[in-house]
Amino acid sequence: MDILVQQLINGLVLGSVYALVALGYTMVYGILELINFAHGEVTMFGAMIALAVISALMGAGVDLPGVVIALLGLLTAIPACMLLGYGIERLAYRPLRNAPRLAPLITAIGVSIVLQNIAMLIWGRQYISFPPILPQGHHNLLGARITDVQILILITSVVLMIALTLLVKRTQLGRAMRATAQSPQLAGLMGVNANHVISLTFIIGSGIAAVAGVLVSAYYGLAHYYMGFLLGLKAFSAAVLGGIGNLAGAMLGGLLLGVIESLGAGYIGDITGGFLGSNYQDVFAFFVLIVVLIVRPSGLLGQASHDRA
Amino acid sequence: MTARKSAWLTFVALAIGLALLPFLVEAGLGRSWVRIMDLALLYVMLAVGLNIVVGYAGLLDLGYIAFYAVGAYCYALLASPHFGLHLPFWLLLPMGAALAGLFGLLLGAPTLRLRGDYLAIVTLGFGEIIRIFLNNLNAPFNLTNGPQGVNLIDPIRIAGFSLGKTHHILGFTVSSPQLYYYFFLILTLVAIFVALRLQDSRIGRAWAAIREDELAAQASGINLRNTKLLAFAMGATFGGLAGGLFAGFQGFISPESFNLMESIMILCMIVLGGMGNIPGVVLGAVMLTVLPEALRYVGDLQRSLLGHVVVAPDDLRMLMFGFALILMMLFRPAGLLPSRQRKNEFKHD
Repeated sequence: MDILVQQLINGLVLGSVYALVALGYTMVYGILELINFAHGEVTMFGAMIALAVISALMGAGVDLPGVVIALLGLLTAIPACMLLGYGIERLAYRPLRNAPRLAPLITAIGVSIVLQNIAMLIWGRQYISFPPILPQGHHNLLGARITDVQILILITSVVLMIALTLLVKRTQLGRAMRATAQSPQLAGLMGVNANHVISLTFIIGSGIAAVAGVLVSAYYGLAHYYMGFLLGLKAFSAAVLGGIGNLAGAMLGGLLLGVIESLGAGYIGDITGGFLGSNYQDVFAFFVLIVVLIVRPSGLLGQASHDRA
Repeated sequence: MTARKSAWLTFVALAIGLALLPFLVEAGLGRSWVRIMDLALLYVMLAVGLNIVVGYAGLLDLGYIAFYAVGAYCYALLASPHFGLHLPFWLLLPMGAALAGLFGLLLGAPTLRLRGDYLAIVTLGFGEIIRIFLNNLNAPFNLTNGPQGVNLIDPIRIAGFSLGKTHHILGFTVSSPQLYYYFFLILTLVAIFVALRLQDSRIGRAWAAIREDELAAQASGINLRNTKLLAFAMGATFGGLAGGLFAGFQGFISPESFNLMESIMILCMIVLGGMGNIPGVVLGAVMLTVLPEALRYVGDLQRSLLGHVVVAPDDLRMLMFGFALILMMLFRPAGLLPSRQRKNEFKHD
């Protein structure tokens, strides 16, 4: 029982990070029908930039509480990633807006490779550790352990998800985004500047990705130039699971995927009699993805669309 | 000179050039470049195979390397000290190809309803699943030897004639990479011939019809399921074939060689060269195998210009590759040698 609760907690925490990254995928896909392969790399840049700032501050002997230093790192990473997201859209995707579908997909892969290698040139091939500046305590919850960092991740993610939902549902910009997702031409006729909306979508998604990157590096205590790739794939799986283009779906899909992965890794050894072990953790995301796409291509909360599947 | 005569002349010149190439290269650039040419031929085979799935049938496959892996592991496990089996090459190669074809059906069957991006992602997931299994199937019983991979694989041996050794034939000394070159060249030409014939066949037309408009193709009486499955299986068979050759040629394989980046690389070969068009596909495969190797000389260039190596050439390779992809898509999205059909498609937009 304790193990079940523990895996559930771990899964929810991990899943909330997946959900944050998945939001970026789903927002872009909702408007452009483009899988922004580079989104995982934006997440990685968020983590790397924040870590660079944190270690620079600590190296300079700045005497501030750890949480404040981490916050300063985060506050640098967010605008930097927003700029990065904006740049990617302007330079790599916008010129191809009317090209056949394969062209922007290949470009997205190209951008992802370029970003990975730039990060590698700047920060090297080695793992960079997240200094222990966040509170290191832990609490008991139904016989399981939940750490301060985990609580911090959960709270941050939930707050961000609520904020984004409000933005999309309640504000003028949100309405413009929804209209553009329905039909860019029609939205244009109603006085919405589609280019403007698309840029803002990339900017907002990249900002959230930066936060997710910092959270995930704080969770594992590590960052690496390659970390965005797998994270991005899993987040995309989460977005598909929930129904791509649907914000609530991305959140649900993220949380669900995190839980499935944790429970799967925890119990797969028992289920298969020791044949498969927890080293198969990364299989679950892809397995879930394939099953969902075959059984219900529109995802859990998505609407059927004849064009996508 | 008639057109027919000049075509023959080109053909003869090409044949002589291809036959002499490994000797010129070994004399001029060294043996390692002959090995690179061997690899380039394998990539041509892979690209021709993937082109059947993506270029002909329009089914976007990002997990193609999985079939290469199946062929390679089939060969490696049955012709190495790993299980102590040393089955003959002529048995292993068709076996690996058939097994890969079976995996192609396995992937194709459940994904028949999917198209475009979704299919791309599912095939990507499939490729990753295969790789994760190759990486982890060393326990509880050791099937794949895990991340260490399989070592000491038998070189390709045809009727007692090993391609893994230097031979003296009619007074010429022919090194092992040169032997592999000729063998791979013959198989590549066969693969290209098959692919070309397929394109103009009934099946090839059915694939093209599906690619252009699935609904209309179905309405014209094309059996979507069988035609799509055939494309997957056919492409996978080419992949498995190349995989078996790779294992015998390399003598060592590990899951590292079959990661997602390789799938993407092969996709890029056919996109850069010109999808659906065999000469374009061949050009793309050769270019993308040779160019990154040539980039190694960037280190020397930096030393002579700046006095020391600022950025290691290995670190630059992928960066350049990524930039090349982006620029290519921005400025010449139909590829270097586009097929006529695709060229028109891009013009319309």
